[in-house]
Amino acid sequence: MRRIIIRRLAQIIPLIFAVIVMNFVLIHLAPGSLFDVMTSEQQITDPKMLDQLRHTYGVDQPVSVQLAKYIWSVMRLDLGYSYRQNAPVFDVIVQQLPATLILMLAAIGIALLVGVTAGVLASIKVNTIWDNLISLGAVFFFAAPSFWLGIMMTVMFAVKLGWFPVGGMRTIGVDETAVGAVLNVMHHLVLPATALGLFYAATFARVMRASMLEVARLDFVRTARAKGLSGGRVVMAHVMRNAMLPIVTLLGLQLGTMLGGSVVIEAVFSWPGIGSLLFDSVMSRNFPMVLGVLVLGSLLVAVCNATVDLLYLRLDPRIKAR
Amino acid sequence: MIMGSKAGPTPILSIEDLQVSLFTRRGVLPAVDGLSLTVSAGETLAIVGESGCGKSLTALAIMRLLPNPPAKIVGGAVRFMGRDLAALSEREMQRVRGKDISMIFQDPMTSLNPVVAVGDQLIEAIRRHNDVSRHEARDRAVELLRRVRIPDAERRLNDYPHQMSGGMSQRVMIAMAIACGPKLLIADEPTTALDVTIQAQIIELMKELQSSSDMGLIIITHDLGVVAEVADRVAVMYAGRKVEEAPVEALFERPLHRYTRGLLGATPSAQRRRGSRLVEITGNVPALSDLPQGCAFQNRCPDVFDRCRAERPQLAPLLPHRSAACFAAEKELSRDAAAIGA
Repeated sequence: MRRIIIRRLAQIIPLIFAVIVMNFVLIHLAPGSLFDVMTSEQQITDPKMLDQLRHTYGVDQPVSVQLAKYIWSVMRLDLGYSYRQNAPVFDVIVQQLPATLILMLAAIGIALLVGVTAGVLASIKVNTIWDNLISLGAVFFFAAPSFWLGIMMTVMFAVKLGWFPVGGMRTIGVDETAVGAVLNVMHHLVLPATALGLFYAATFARVMRASMLEVARLDFVRTARAKGLSGGRVVMAHVMRNAMLPIVTLLGLQLGTMLGGSVVIEAVFSWPGIGSLLFDSVMSRNFPMVLGVLVLGSLLVAVCNATVDLLYLRLDPRIKAR
Repeated sequence: MIMGSKAGPTPILSIEDLQVSLFTRRGVLPAVDGLSLTVSAGETLAIVGESGCGKSLTALAIMRLLPNPPAKIVGGAVRFMGRDLAALSEREMQRVRGKDISMIFQDPMTSLNPVVAVGDQLIEAIRRHNDVSRHEARDRAVELLRRVRIPDAERRLNDYPHQMSGGMSQRVMIAMAIACGPKLLIADEPTTALDVTIQAQIIELMKELQSSSDMGLIIITHDLGVVAEVADRVAVMYAGRKVEEAPVEALFERPLHRYTRGLLGATPSAQRRRGSRLVEITGNVPALSDLPQGCAFQNRCPDVFDRCRAERPQLAPLLPHRSAACFAAEKELSRDAAAIGA
C-alpha cells in the first residue's frame, strides 16, 4: 500500500514539470505583456523606465533562460512576485485557494448526491415516467452552460425571490460568531455550488443509471436476492456498491474540468477564489500569477487524482491483485 | 396427477401445472408449459434436458426470481409446505428465500459479489434470517465454511471472491445456501463451470450435506453422469414440457421417451463396448415461437409416425412409478404386453 502511494506521488513530479513548460510556452506565444497593460493603463509612459522594468523582471533575457530560471524558482517553492497585488504570487494564491476549495467540494458534494440519487432512481424506475423525467433533466443540465445557469439562478433565487445573496462569499461589515460566519458562507455558497455542481450531477446521473442497470443484470445480484434480501438492501449493498466504481473514475477525471468550470462560476458570482484571480490575471497579463495558478492548480488536480486512485483501491479489492 | 404415484412421505414441494411465458417482441412464448413436479424431504430430483428446455426457468420460478421482463408465471401453483409460493407477496417470499428454499447457481465465479469479502456475504445471509449478533454470525460463518470443507476457514472469511478458485467459490455458495438450514435446495447446473475433478468433490459434498439434514434437493443438469450419481428420480424436459419421469435406475435401464433414449445414447460411458459410437440426436430443438403441431420432438425422432405429427402426446403412466409423453413408447409397451399375453 505504501509503495503504491509513493509511486503515485512520484508520478506527479514529471507531470508538474510538463505543465510548467507547456504553460510557459503558451503564455509566451500569447500577444501582449504586462508592460503593454501598464502603458495602456497610463501607469508608466517613460521608455527608459520600461526598459529598466524589463530588466528587473528578466524579460530581456532569452525565453529558454527565463524558463530555466522559473523552473529553478518553482523547485524552491518560489512562484515569483506579483506587481499587481504587490505580494508574492504564492501568498496571494494561498489566500484565495480556500474559497475555491470550498466551492469545489460543495459542488462535488452536490453533484454526487444529486447525480447518484437521480441515477439510482432512474435505474430502479427504468422506462417509466420518472426515468424519462430524470433523463430529460440530465440532458438539460448537461447542455446548459454553467454561466447561463448561474445567471438564471441569480435572477430567480437572488433577485426575484431574494432567498440567496447575489454574489460574494460573506456579508460585508457584519461582525459574527464563528458559527454565524460558517452559516453566512454556506448561505452564499448555495447558488454557485449548485450552478457548478448540476452540470456534473447530470453526467453522474447518466453514468450511474447505465452502470446500475448493467450491474443489476449480473449473477451476484441474483444470488443476493436468492438469499432473501429485501429489494432496498440488494440495491444498496450489492448493486450500488459495484455501480459506484465508474462514478469514482469519472470523478477523478472531472476534478480538473471542475477547477476550470469554477473560473466561470466564480466570475458570475464574484466568488473570491483562484478562478477569479486567474481571470483577472490573464486580463492584466500578470503572467507570474497566471503561471502560479496553473502550477498550483495542476498540483491540486494531480493530488486529487492520486487520492481518487487510492480510494478506488479501497473500493475494488480486485485491483490490488493486479 | 401422475407424479403422485411415488409412495412415501408427503412432498415438501409440489408444482402443479406451472406455466411460465416469455413476453417477447415476437409474441408470448410458452417457456414452461404445464409442468408438474414433486420433491419430498431427503429426496433428490434431477431435471435434465438441453439448453433452453425450461429447466432453469422452472428453478427461478420456484424461487420467484424470474427475470421480469420477459419471463412471468402465468398459471399453476408452486406449493411448498402447504403454501402457494406463486401467490405470496414479494415481502413474504423474501422470508422464504434463503431460509426455507435456497439456490446455488451455475457459475460460482460470477455468483459472488466481487467487492465484498466472502465472510461478509455469508454473514449477511445468516443475519437476514436469524436474529444474532455480528460476532455470533461470524462464528456460524466459520462453522459453515468448515462444513463445506474449506481449509483454514477463519482466514478465508476475509478473502475476496477473486482470491478463490471456482471450486472454492462454489463451496462458499453452498455454505451460503445451507446457512439457514433450508428444507429445499435447488442447484442449477452446480458443476457445469467446474473442472471434472472438482465436479466430483462438489457432488460428493452436496450428497453428504443432504443426507445429514434431510433436505429435498432439485438438481438441474444436462450431465447424465451427475444424474446417475445423485438423483433418486429424474424428470426429463423438452421444449418447456416434462416428457418423462422415472426413478433413476429405471430410467437408465429402459428410457421410454425417444428423446431420453437419445440423451442416453449421446452420453459416453465406461461400460460401452469399445469401438461403438456415440449416437447424436440429429437436428435442433424447435424454437418456442415455432413449435409444431403434435409432438415437439417429431422432427428429430427416429420412431416418428403419423399420430406424432397430428396429436400432442400427453404424459401418461406407462409403467409403475413412471410416466412418459410418447406415442412410440406407448405402442412399444402395448406390443410387449401383447407378446407376454400371447
